Amino acid sequence: MAGKTLYDKLWDDHLVKQRDDGSALIYIDRQLLHEVTSPQAFEGLRLANRKPWRIDANLATPDHNVPTTNRAQGIEGIVDPVSRIQVETLDKNCDEFGILEFKIKDQRQGIVHVIGPEQGATLPGMTIVCGDSHTSTHGAFGCLAHGIGTSEVEHALATQCLVQTKMKNMLVKVNGQLGAGVTGKDIVLAVIAKIGTAGGTGHAIEFGGEAIQNLSMEGRMTICNMAIEAGARVGMVAVDGTTIEYVKDRPFSPKGETWDAAVKYWRTLHSDSDAVFDKVVELDGADIMPQVSWGTSPEMVVNVTGNVPDPAKEEDPIKREGIERALKYMGLRPNQAITDIKLDRVFIGSCTNSRIEDLREAAVVVKGRKVADSLLQAMVVPGSGLVKAQAEAEGLDRIFIEAGLEWRDPGCSMCLAMNADKLGQGEHCASTSNRNFEGRQGFGGRTHLVSPAMAAAAAIAGHFVDVRELLN
Amino acid sequence: MRAFTQHKGLVAPMDRSNVDTDMIIPKQFLKSIKRTGFGPNLFDALRYLDEGQPDQDTANRPLNPDFVLNQPRYENASVLLARSNFGCGSSREHAPWALDDYGFRVIIAPSFADIFYNNCFKNGLLPVVLEENVMEQLFQEAEAVEGYQLTVDLEAKTVVTPSGESFGFNVDNFRRHCLLNGLDDIGVTLEDAEQIRAYENQRRQTAPWLFGAGQ
Repeated sequence: MAGKTLYDKLWDDHLVKQRDDGSALIYIDRQLLHEVTSPQAFEGLRLANRKPWRIDANLATPDHNVPTTNRAQGIEGIVDPVSRIQVETLDKNCDEFGILEFKIKDQRQGIVHVIGPEQGATLPGMTIVCGDSHTSTHGAFGCLAHGIGTSEVEHALATQCLVQTKMKNMLVKVNGQLGAGVTGKDIVLAVIAKIGTAGGTGHAIEFGGEAIQNLSMEGRMTICNMAIEAGARVGMVAVDGTTIEYVKDRPFSPKGETWDAAVKYWRTLHSDSDAVFDKVVELDGADIMPQVSWGTSPEMVVNVTGNVPDPAKEEDPIKREGIERALKYMGLRPNQAITDIKLDRVFIGSCTNSRIEDLREAAVVVKGRKVADSLLQAMVVPGSGLVKAQAEAEGLDRIFIEAGLEWRDPGCSMCLAMNADKLGQGEHCASTSNRNFEGRQGFGGRTHLVSPAMAAAAAIAGHFVDVRELLN
Repeated sequence: MRAFTQHKGLVAPMDRSNVDTDMIIPKQFLKSIKRTGFGPNLFDALRYLDEGQPDQDTANRPLNPDFVLNQPRYENASVLLARSNFGCGSSREHAPWALDDYGFRVIIAPSFADIFYNNCFKNGLLPVVLEENVMEQLFQEAEAVEGYQLTVDLEAKTVVTPSGESFGFNVDNFRRHCLLNGLDDIGVTLEDAEQIRAYENQRRQTAPWLFGAGQ
């Protein structure tokens, strides 16, 4: 009999009940909550007169609606009254049900997918859910983690379980070494360009291979974060020494003998050498270059050295129409060089790229340089209050400010523009976020997905440049 | 939850692949703390020419005449024909809430994004997967014939055209059972509360670090 994949192991360890109809009850170890997708779930609990099954499995924080300036005022600083009600509602619900919440003025507040790992609330081998599709991020720790809708937020609160059917196993193997200036973000964009936005649908993706093993936890989180952009709810990386080192001594991490027992178990969280995957995709790390998205889907990505595609060369009529529509929305010409795309704003942040390593990568590029005069704005939004404090302790804030970038307070910010940070109509933005959908960063806004280093380089030049030229 | 057994309704064809949940319901409308009232803002950026705001009266906004749902012949459509990877992107359940609130009962596509597909079932909305060649035929018929209706039967797992042609579809047994009977699946899960407790007690022994940490 073939060995088990990491996904098989996590599934088996959380199986409460296999039902005859093919569905299964899977136990949930951790639920992360934020203000946008939880109010209707709490309301549902109240209407049905139900209580949360296990209070200590939950951790909450407001992130989508919070402003990234004026934070000393707390909730009063949220100008939009509708946003303010949503944040207040989260506070009220967490207070009523006794759920631990890092409120807006708490230094531990931040983007849910940044604070979970930062606190050690994300531990290897856990099942983790959150009403947010980028919950796949936590798979970087060898977790089974995925986004859910509000009905399932309520289901997990009420029962500590979800009804699931098992997904298929997919391995994305990135062999060899990455070149200088190439990051986890470039890997995942290259993977999505290769397999498409539905390439992982119905599958749990495990990312493996030498290039993945050599990445820091921050790089692995960036990759797993965007598994959903390849259609896979779940992205995972096997547990190794890097994982365990990251988790050690975090506030929620086990200590003493319990730590030792946990590490012994965590060391088993990898696919067996004879495990069989339903689908395998391989890439060579050395072939991956800095990536830039040109269109309105995360699969519309090319190398920074490349050109915007020409729809006339596309034979598939549906794809051709998709390219034409995207070019029209993006205001780009067929065959235009990527480095000819002029930018209006630069956004460094989001659950994909707002951790300390991301900020260091960007700081190296802008240090001693100035943001191009042609830009309307370049901003850095750290992923949490603790990331912000660490960056300031390292002097990164000074580097950004001296170069002309704005240094903001933590939140989701311009990734989805639910707060005041957004693009104007027709503006082009080099963004370290995860989605370049029409209107994602503001009505009529034009998003280009890149790594933090590439965003930083674009801020200096005012248009896209190959960051490798600046690093030499 | 509202049960779904059979539905016959007017079909609207949305000829565009990779329709994402930001497109189905843009982010500014996610600030609501209710489950209802999203219908007027379904496909907001495609449907109107201006930028929509929450709590705005949509009656006086300029409509995009090119958008399919703005064509008089598709008024009161309740079956949406869509292209591949419908519902990709965010996990927001506001997407099925908006489709439901607008009046859709069935979405038929060659493929759906996983989270969106799952969310539909929680809201009495039926997502049906049919093969590409069948989809092509339905798109052609719906565009050619004004007032084109389809009958979707969850009990029989069929989509039937006006000429009586029937196409079968697959649906997971548990989801079908819940939808046919309008079941609250939290209630169904809680029938296994004892088994959940037993699992939990065993995990407290074998993996104590998963419980009560950080409090």
